[in-house]
Amino acid sequence: MAGQSQFSSQLKRYYSLYTGGVIGFVVLLSILEQMGVPNQTLGYIFLGVTVAMYAGIGILSKTSDVSEYYVAGRRIPALFNGMATAADWMSAASFIGLAGTLYITGYDGLAFVMGWTGGYCLVALFLAPYLRKFGQYTVPDFLGARYGGDGPRMIGVFAAILCSFTYVIAQIYGLGLIVSRFTGLDFGVGVFVGLGSILFCSFLGGMRAVTWTQVSQYVILIVAYMIPVIWLSVKHTGNPVPQIAYGYVLQQVTAREQVLNDANTPDGAREAEVRGILKQRQTETETRLGALEAGGEAYLTAERARLEARLSALRKQQAAEAEVDLAARELHAFPRDVAAAHNAWRAEVEADRLKSAPIAAHAEPYAGPDEATRDNKRKNFLALVFCLMVGTAALPHILMRFYTTTSVKEARLSVFWSLLFISLLYLTAPALAVLAKYDVYTLLVGSSFSELPSWVSAWEAVDKALMNVSDINKDGIVQLAEVTIGGDLIVLATPEIAGLPYVVTALVAAGGLAAALSTADGLMLTIANALSHDVYYKMINPKAPTGRRLAISKGLLLLVAVCAAYVTSLKPGDILFMVGAAFSLAGSAFFPALVLGIFWKRANKSGAIVGMVSGLSVCMIYMYITYPFFGVNAPLWWDINPISAGIFGIPVGFAGVILGSVLSRPPTAKVQALVDYVRYPNMAGDEGRGAF
Amino acid sequence: MQASERHRRYWRDNLRMTGVLLAIWFLATFGVSWFARDLQTLTVLGFPFPFFMAAQGALLIYLLLVGFYAWRMGKLDEEYGVGEGD
Repeated sequence: MAGQSQFSSQLKRYYSLYTGGVIGFVVLLSILEQMGVPNQTLGYIFLGVTVAMYAGIGILSKTSDVSEYYVAGRRIPALFNGMATAADWMSAASFIGLAGTLYITGYDGLAFVMGWTGGYCLVALFLAPYLRKFGQYTVPDFLGARYGGDGPRMIGVFAAILCSFTYVIAQIYGLGLIVSRFTGLDFGVGVFVGLGSILFCSFLGGMRAVTWTQVSQYVILIVAYMIPVIWLSVKHTGNPVPQIAYGYVLQQVTAREQVLNDANTPDGAREAEVRGILKQRQTETETRLGALEAGGEAYLTAERARLEARLSALRKQQAAEAEVDLAARELHAFPRDVAAAHNAWRAEVEADRLKSAPIAAHAEPYAGPDEATRDNKRKNFLALVFCLMVGTAALPHILMRFYTTTSVKEARLSVFWSLLFISLLYLTAPALAVLAKYDVYTLLVGSSFSELPSWVSAWEAVDKALMNVSDINKDGIVQLAEVTIGGDLIVLATPEIAGLPYVVTALVAAGGLAAALSTADGLMLTIANALSHDVYYKMINPKAPTGRRLAISKGLLLLVAVCAAYVTSLKPGDILFMVGAAFSLAGSAFFPALVLGIFWKRANKSGAIVGMVSGLSVCMIYMYITYPFFGVNAPLWWDINPISAGIFGIPVGFAGVILGSVLSRPPTAKVQALVDYVRYPNMAGDEGRGAF
Repeated sequence: MQASERHRRYWRDNLRMTGVLLAIWFLATFGVSWFARDLQTLTVLGFPFPFFMAAQGALLIYLLLVGFYAWRMGKLDEEYGVGEGD
C-alpha cells in the first residue's frame, strides 16, 4: 500500500508538470503567432507535437507482461482511472458534435447530456465493483466464467466486436475530418495519420500505454473545451463560470426568440419577410420537383438550356458582374442527372421548410404544433435517454477500464471520478450552445452585410454547409432566417466568435483530436483483446505461451486498424446514428446477462444464450427494417426512432435470460460460489482462489 | 466458501441501498422529463426547471448518488468485515 500511494503521488507530480507544460506550450505558440507565424504552420505544429507526445508515452509504456498489457497491472489509482475513463468515454461526437446538437435542437438535445452521464449510476450500482472483484481481463471473460461453456463467451465476443467496430468507425471518421480541416491534408491521408498515432499508443503497451495516453489526452481536451467557453462567458456576462452564468443568458435568448417570432416588432417583421420569401422559394422548388417527376430527363435538359441561354444573354448585355457571376454559378451547380436533381431539390425544399418556420424556443421541451407531435417527441426523448444510459453501462471498452483499479473500493471511487471528469464537459456543452446562440441572435442578427464579423466569412470559405449567410430580402441587414449554421461549427468556431487568437482554435482542434484518438484507442484494444484473449487463448489454444498471446494480440490490432480505416474511407452513414446504434446494441446484448449474472444466482447458461441472442436480434432487426439507409422502411413500432432500438432489445434480453433460466436446470454449486465471490469484496477463503 | 449470515445481511443492506439510489436516479431522470412541459413555469437560478434538471440538476444528482454509494459501501464493507483491508 505504501508503494501504491507513492506511485500515486508520483503520478500527480508528473501530470501536474505535464499540464503546466501544455499551458506553457500554448503560451509559446501564441508568442509565435504574435511574431507572424502563419496559421497553417501553427496548426501543423500543434497537431504534430501532441500526436508525437502520445506516441512517446506509448513507447515509454511498452510492455511484454500479460497483466500489464491487458489490465495495466491492476494498479491504476481511482483518480487517474477516472481521467482515463473520461477520455475513453468522450468521443469526437461529445467534443465536437454535442454543443452543436444542443444549439440546433435546444431542450430535446439534452437527452444526450443526461443519457451519457446517468449511465454511470448503473455502472456504479450494478457492474464496476463486481467486475473488479471478478478480476479477469475482458467482459466476455465474465460471461464465460459465470455461465460456463464457450457459447455465452462467443456471443459476447461477437457483440463486443459489433458495437465497438460501429463506434470506432465514427471516431476515425471524426479524426479524418479534424486532421484534413486543420492541416489541409486529404481526408484519406488524415485517416491514416490519425490511425498511425493510435497504433503507436496501443501497439507496444496495450492497456498500460492506452491508460497513460488517455490521461494526458483528457488534460488537453478539457483545457481546450473550457478556455473558449469561459472567454465567451466573460464577454457576455462578466462571469467566468459559464455553467452558472448562462441561466441569465438563456432568459435573454428566450426574450429575443419572442421578438424575432413576433411580426409586430421591426425585427420580427423583417424575419417574417424573409420567411415569406423562403416559403415561396420552397413552393417553387416543389413545383420544379413535380415537373421533374412528370418530365424526367427532357425537363432537366430544357431547364439547363434555359439557364445557358440566360447566361449568354446576360454576357451579351454586359450586365453587372455580380449578376453574371450568379447565373454562371447557378449553371455550374445545376444537377447532372435526374437522380441528382431529385436529391438536391428535395434537400432544398427541406432546408427552406425548416428555415421558413418560426424559431423553436431553446428552453421549451418537446416543442410541436399539436399534442400528438409533442407526445411523440417526449416518448422518443425518454427512449433515447434510456438506451444511452443502459448502453453506457454495457459498452465493453468502458467496463474493461474498471478491471484496472487496485481494489473493489477503488473501482467504486473510480466511477465517481469518471463521472466528475465527464460532467465537467457535459455541464459546459449546454452553456456553450446557449452562449453561442446569444451571440448569433444579438450580434450577428441585425448587423449589416457590409461589416459581418470576420469568423463568418472565414468559415463560409471553409464550408458552406457549416456557415452561410445570404441577403435573401436584399435589405443589407442580417436576419436569422438568412443564416445557416452547421452543428459542428459551434465548438470549432467558438474561439473566433469569442475573439481569441488562432492558437486557441488550434488548441480546440487538438482537443477534438485527443477526444477521437482516446476513444478509438480504447475501442480497438477491446476488439483486439476479444479476439486474442477470448477467442484464441480461451477457446482455441489455452496452452499458448505468453509471448505468442501478446504477439497475436498485436497482430490483430494492426488488422483491426486496417479494416476500420478501410470501412471509414467508404464514408458510411451518419455519425450520430452510428454512435447511438452502438449504445442500443451494447445495451441489448450485454446489460441483461451481466446484471442478472451478478444479482440473480438462478440465471444460467441457457438463459444467457437466449437472452443475449434474442435481445441483440430484436435490436438489429428493428434497426435494419426502420433505418432509411438499409432501404426497407417498415413502419415504426409505437413511433420509436431506429436510434432507440434498444428500448425493445433490452426488455426482450431480460425476458430471455429469465425465461431461459427458469425453464432449465439451476447452475452448479461452483457457479453459485462464483456469484458469492464477486458479491463480497472479501470473503474468508478468498485467498488462493483468485482465478476462476 | 459458503456465505455466512453476516454476508447475507451485508448483501441485503447493499440491495436496499441500491434500490433506493436507483429510485432517485429514475425520478430525477424519467420523472422530471415526463412532466417537463408541466414544470415549465418553475424557475431555478434563472433557468426553467426542466431545462435546469436536464442540463445540470440531474448530472449533479448522479454525481451525488455515485459518490454516496462509494462512501457508504466502503463503510458497509468495514461494518460487516468484508472489506479488502490495506
